[in-house]
Amino acid sequence: MIAAPLSLQLINLFAAVILLLAFAMLAQRRVLALVNLFALQGLALCLSTLVVAATSGQAHLYGSAALTLALKVVLLPWILHRLVRKLQVKADVEGLVNIPATMLIGVALVIVAFNVALPISQMASTIGRGTLGIALASVMLAFLMMIIRTKAIPQVIGFLAMENGLFLAATSATYGMPMVVELGIALDVLVGVIILGVFFFQIRDQFDSLDIRHLEKLKER
Amino acid sequence: MPGLLSIDLLLAAIAAWLAIGLAGLLTPRNVHFVGRILFPLGAAVALAAGLAALAFLGSPAEVAVLAIGLPGLPFHLRLDNLAAVFVLLLGFAAAGISVFAAGYFRRGEGAAPGLMGLQYHCFLAAMLLVLLADDAYAFMVAWEGMALASFFLVVTDHRHAEIRSAGYLYLLIAHVGAIAILLCFGVMAAASGDWSFAGMRAQVLSPFWSSAAFLLALAGFGAKAGLLPLHVWLPEAHPAAPSPVSALMSGVMLKTAIYGLLRVCFDLLGEPLWWWGVAAMAAGLASALHGVLYSTVQSDMKRLLAYSSIENIGLIVVALGLALIFQAYGMSGLAALALTALFYHCLAHAGFKSLLFLGTGAVLHATRERSLGRLGGLIHRMPWVAWLALVGIIASAGLPPLSGFVSEWLLLQGFLFTPGLPHSWLNMVVPVAAAIVALVAALAGFAMVKFYGIIFLGQMREEALKEARDAGPWQRAGLAWLAGLTLALGVLPTFVISLIDPATRQLLGTGLAERVREHGWWLLAPISPDRASYAPLLFLVMIAVAVLLGRQLVHRLYHGRVRRAGAWDCGYPFQGPRAQDTAEGFSQPIRRIFAPVFRMERHFPAAGDAQPRYSVRIEDRFWHWLYLPLARAAEGLSWLAVRLQGGRIAAYLLYSFLTLIVLLLVARP
Repeated sequence: MIAAPLSLQLINLFAAVILLLAFAMLAQRRVLALVNLFALQGLALCLSTLVVAATSGQAHLYGSAALTLALKVVLLPWILHRLVRKLQVKADVEGLVNIPATMLIGVALVIVAFNVALPISQMASTIGRGTLGIALASVMLAFLMMIIRTKAIPQVIGFLAMENGLFLAATSATYGMPMVVELGIALDVLVGVIILGVFFFQIRDQFDSLDIRHLEKLKER
Repeated sequence: MPGLLSIDLLLAAIAAWLAIGLAGLLTPRNVHFVGRILFPLGAAVALAAGLAALAFLGSPAEVAVLAIGLPGLPFHLRLDNLAAVFVLLLGFAAAGISVFAAGYFRRGEGAAPGLMGLQYHCFLAAMLLVLLADDAYAFMVAWEGMALASFFLVVTDHRHAEIRSAGYLYLLIAHVGAIAILLCFGVMAAASGDWSFAGMRAQVLSPFWSSAAFLLALAGFGAKAGLLPLHVWLPEAHPAAPSPVSALMSGVMLKTAIYGLLRVCFDLLGEPLWWWGVAAMAAGLASALHGVLYSTVQSDMKRLLAYSSIENIGLIVVALGLALIFQAYGMSGLAALALTALFYHCLAHAGFKSLLFLGTGAVLHATRERSLGRLGGLIHRMPWVAWLALVGIIASAGLPPLSGFVSEWLLLQGFLFTPGLPHSWLNMVVPVAAAIVALVAALAGFAMVKFYGIIFLGQMREEALKEARDAGPWQRAGLAWLAGLTLALGVLPTFVISLIDPATRQLLGTGLAERVREHGWWLLAPISPDRASYAPLLFLVMIAVAVLLGRQLVHRLYHGRVRRAGAWDCGYPFQGPRAQDTAEGFSQPIRRIFAPVFRMERHFPAAGDAQPRYSVRIEDRFWHWLYLPLARAAEGLSWLAVRLQGGRIAAYLLYSFLTLIVLLLVARP
């Protein structure tokens, strides 16, 4: 068996770390720890992008990596930390599905994602094409987290983690999106978090809680 | 006359109407300016348009292209003889209605007259544009403009909830119809992608697609005309609208739907198939019978007239079906007879139904009462309205010597030839339809006698009616104009047939005019004098002579010995208004005989009641057969959608998540 080159092994390692962190986020109920896990995932993503950039020689991927570092490892976790402290959210209550069951659903999703991604990664010619399945799986896991969490902040973190997965998919399948698109998405995510932060305060003022199940009352009739 | 074509005159009429409508916005609350200046001006424009069409009839078609519309698809307009007949109808009827409307507005009553004037004149302009349109796009724009303008006119009095719901129903059915018409044009334009009528005329469709286009046209235009089962808006919208608007809608707008049907069936689609005629005839007969039966049992005078409009439209569509059958078997001479009956009935109905709706408007203004049960004896207080309405009543009842008789007689003449059809089923079954037409005509007479007798004859049922005042000079003029048209249509059929001859000739290649003209202007014999002939003037003279002679004889013989006593005072001491036959009582025999047709809720007084009350409520069966099940189904479906919309963010996210996974699984290469 021929050992794969070091760079490929590194890429696969980081991808595996990202997937692991996605599972960890799915299981983590303490909000501050969740923010930290999100920052770690951003770091892993940044490192993986750097490796891809170094191996493929795509200069603009360095920019992407820097952007990821600045936004997802530093800025967003900082904003989220502040929010969590100001809102004094500690732990999420148990969601719709308990955590072991969530993990089992997550495993099933990973299987689905790998199967779905297989034909696409066969068409790709990039170095990190094997990680496409992981990218898709982390998108789905983040989505699952948004569904089962009942507090607003974990949902937003799920939303941001989904963006991480998308980013990984873009790097692994096509060496990243054009810089303009990436900048646009980064700005969207930032503005989105700020707006959602404002919403958190509004929701808390209205319902004395950040539990989004209260929003069901807004329905007509 | 080169340079100034008739179509230019008509375009100028459209522009003038729009300008008149906009001028009303300058002082929307000024009853005098809007009523006494703008509406008579609009009437003059209408008359000019009618005269332009009259002068045009028989000339070759004229076309124009307006520089508005979609890029690459400007408005194509065309005036041909088919359109000219309907422009004539529109112009002449609208002239009378506008003159009446000039006297209809009162200070401080209802909506701002200026606003109504704008909607009214936009309505007129849109109807004229419908008749002139020569491509599907222009047609649909004008058609929808017509629907919208009339919708706003219907909901003029929008403070009442039932008027708003009537308007909503009207708009809903108008849109369902418009979708069918759009699909019909789509089918005809699909092969070439050409949306102009010229392009549709040029292509030959397969029988399947041309049948599809025909059925869509029948449904779409039928919704506007009031064919079963899309008729339910008529009895709701007509009582809701102000009377001149009801007159315009019933007298003229319904005819634009007939125009559309003719345009599609005979002009755009080419050779008809025989079963189209059968379908049209079945729909027409059902509408006519349903309309007339319900009109006999109504207690609201405008609803009665609305159901009577359904009946008349039904008869017109029966004539259309007959013409289609004859044309499909190549019997174009007989098709021309049926088509002449169709045009004639359109003109006649435009005259007498507008007249009657305006008559109800005058009564409504004088008494503020629409229910027949509270009217009566108005001939003493409103002789002008009563006598002029009598002309409309006789025409509507299909009695000689007025217009309704001529058209129904022509239609039945057409039916007499159906045993000669070369199709073994048709030549036996279609004559049965003639029997139904005759039944409808008889029942229409019953409904009209009820309408007139209860409103104008007998004793006044309410004290307040003694205060009723006759219509003003403007209203009288409008009514008299329409009554004059009705009389002219009844007495001069040969002239009228010569007028509409170019239209039948355009559609079928043959007409009735020569055969009619060769017997002299006073005798109408559509096929030959040996078979059947009708001399309207003779009837008129005989009726006049009989009436005058009878009156003279009575005066001579009984002179000086006139004794006044209560009518039918057979020893019954309590001769009050309450002892008269009521509207409900009058129609009781019909209700009995045709009981399965109606859905009735009756309340009888008990034996010992101190204040006995009797009430009967009759509902259209189609509500329960078709509309309520449809509404329930729609409601059930929307409840399902509501359950999807639970308001839970997790559920919403789950929907998109499941969609994503399913799509990923399905879309695998």
